[in-house]
Amino acid sequence: MAFKSEELAKAYWRDNISLVLKLLAVWFIVSYGFGIILVDWLNQFTFFGFKLGFWFAQQGSIISFVILIFIYVKRMAALDNKYEVHED
Amino acid sequence: MDIQTLTFIIVGATFALYIAIAIWSRAGSTSDFYVASGGVHPVMNGMATAADWMSAASFISMAGIIAFAGYDGSVYLMGWTGGYVLLALCLAPYLRKFGKFTVPDFIGDRYYSQTARTIAVICAILISFTYIAGQMRGVGVVFSRFLEVEIATGVYIGAVIVFFYTVLGGMKGITYTQVAQYCVLAFAYLVPAIFISFQMTGHILPQTGFGATIADGVSGEGQYLLARLDGLSEELGLAAYTSGLKSKIDVFAITCALMVGTAGLPHVIVRFFTVPKVRDARRSAGWALVFISVVYLTAPSIAGFAKVNLINTVNGPDMAGVEYDAAPDWVKNWEQTGLIKWEDKNNDGKMFYAGDERNEMTVDRDIMVLANPEIANLPAWVVALVAAGGVAAALSTSAGLLLVISTSVSHDLLKRTLTPNITDKQELLWARVAAAVAIALSTWFGINPPGFVAQVVAFAFGLAAASFFPAIILGIFYKRMNSTGAIAGMLVGVVFTLAYIIYFKFVNPAANTADNWLFGISPEGIGTIGMILNFIVSYVVHKLTGDAPQDTQDLVESIRYPKGSGAASSH
Repeated sequence: MAFKSEELAKAYWRDNISLVLKLLAVWFIVSYGFGIILVDWLNQFTFFGFKLGFWFAQQGSIISFVILIFIYVKRMAALDNKYEVHED
Repeated sequence: MDIQTLTFIIVGATFALYIAIAIWSRAGSTSDFYVASGGVHPVMNGMATAADWMSAASFISMAGIIAFAGYDGSVYLMGWTGGYVLLALCLAPYLRKFGKFTVPDFIGDRYYSQTARTIAVICAILISFTYIAGQMRGVGVVFSRFLEVEIATGVYIGAVIVFFYTVLGGMKGITYTQVAQYCVLAFAYLVPAIFISFQMTGHILPQTGFGATIADGVSGEGQYLLARLDGLSEELGLAAYTSGLKSKIDVFAITCALMVGTAGLPHVIVRFFTVPKVRDARRSAGWALVFISVVYLTAPSIAGFAKVNLINTVNGPDMAGVEYDAAPDWVKNWEQTGLIKWEDKNNDGKMFYAGDERNEMTVDRDIMVLANPEIANLPAWVVALVAAGGVAAALSTSAGLLLVISTSVSHDLLKRTLTPNITDKQELLWARVAAAVAIALSTWFGINPPGFVAQVVAFAFGLAAASFFPAIILGIFYKRMNSTGAIAGMLVGVVFTLAYIIYFKFVNPAANTADNWLFGISPEGIGTIGMILNFIVSYVVHKLTGDAPQDTQDLVESIRYPKGSGAASSH
């Protein structure tokens, strides 16, 4: 057992899941939300010459995906350190 | 120098580089061969993953598909990148901690079942093989145009090269070769895009250029490029570029199937076994997406520019059509390959492109990227560079897929299932034999393509989405999930998805319309429903048959935190 107690193991996993769910919520909103479901409504706004919904579908979602993964990497490293389950 | 000589030189130089790398990084052990002994730096691994991921289809066809589909093409952009978020957050770190070579390894061990392992092996081989046949064809197409050889000769040349560095180098050789291939293909993709963006809008960055206004001296000057595209589309009876035709639910389902399918593709997942640490697996997925985005953010701009350029060239500045005799060389060059056709329906000697009965042009979407530099009158070396990029994309993906096939046969099928007593050396030999056989078979498919090569891509993603993804997610996040549930789920998911695609693509293609589709979802997006079915069936069957044994639950517990991860091993 890498954790000092059962509670710590549970807390680590809970924090992990909550981080992943938050990031996946953003992942869903920028792609399925802005790029598909709300695309027509967003298209009334213009963003650097693009219709906003169209921009999210072809550019914005992808840029957001990259940022999401790096936030995850950073936050998970902090979490691993906090619970002392990081690799050497 | 003419285009052909330059193509010989540039493609030849890149080949020499790939082979040199393969010889320098020869694999000595099964661990080298399968996962490069887990010693690849995450940025390097990210780059290799990106090259592995971006196939001839991404490089050659994607921008063309978007050019003709407009907004609807977004499904590929979001689908083929969004999967990496799932990979990074939900799969890669845990599979790396688990520390085995292959996806069937995980399925077999996690579900303590040879049946589960065998199903996984069959799915892995099926998915990879579907994919690779198209790749070899891609190599053939690129060569036949630029080296002016028969498609078959092009396929043979490609096969020999791939054989060399897959069979010799294994994962180690492939990884470093793919790093080189990524550089070639990204450079080849960006250079023409930057040139064209600057020509048409004065923007250096194609990503902002295609939202900008058209530069002076280009027809439509002062208008926003996308507004002009929408205007032209309306005038010519095509669907508006920024809205699209597909129904919302279908766009949703296809995007989802591609995302989940991406996260479940064995040749992508296996990349995350090659890094030293769990933390590196997470970073590696991030870097992979950075490198993929370089190309994927450029593709829609190439699509927009190419479409405007095509309409301008064919219809002329006054939208009255251009005399065929005055057509630029590229129209005639590509006409010889049969990928552009002109039929003078109204006998006025002028070409005209439109979405209705006025149309006289048939333009294959695959040529948009390859012909783009010629359309924009770029120097010959750029044209040659694009050829080298297309070949790099096709070769890197074929190599990654071949590795999955050879690993599945030698490791999952022979070592773990049929003949567990073979030595490391014999296993390595079998891996090489399997790779050679797979190359021979895919060469044959590349030369004699079954008519359905283009259509079967839907299989690969649908299958991966409906089989592996739920089994792996449940395996990690739901530790009580048992083998019966997982097997039942995979079988139902795969059979349903296969049946749906086969019915609409092969048995009754005439019925392949939105009215007949389940919930209005096309065969391309049906993997989403297959995945949902898989989850439901797994859960219900698990509830009826009881929890997984305690030692399995402990195993799952142990892959949830990074501490104590070692290099990937076979046992």
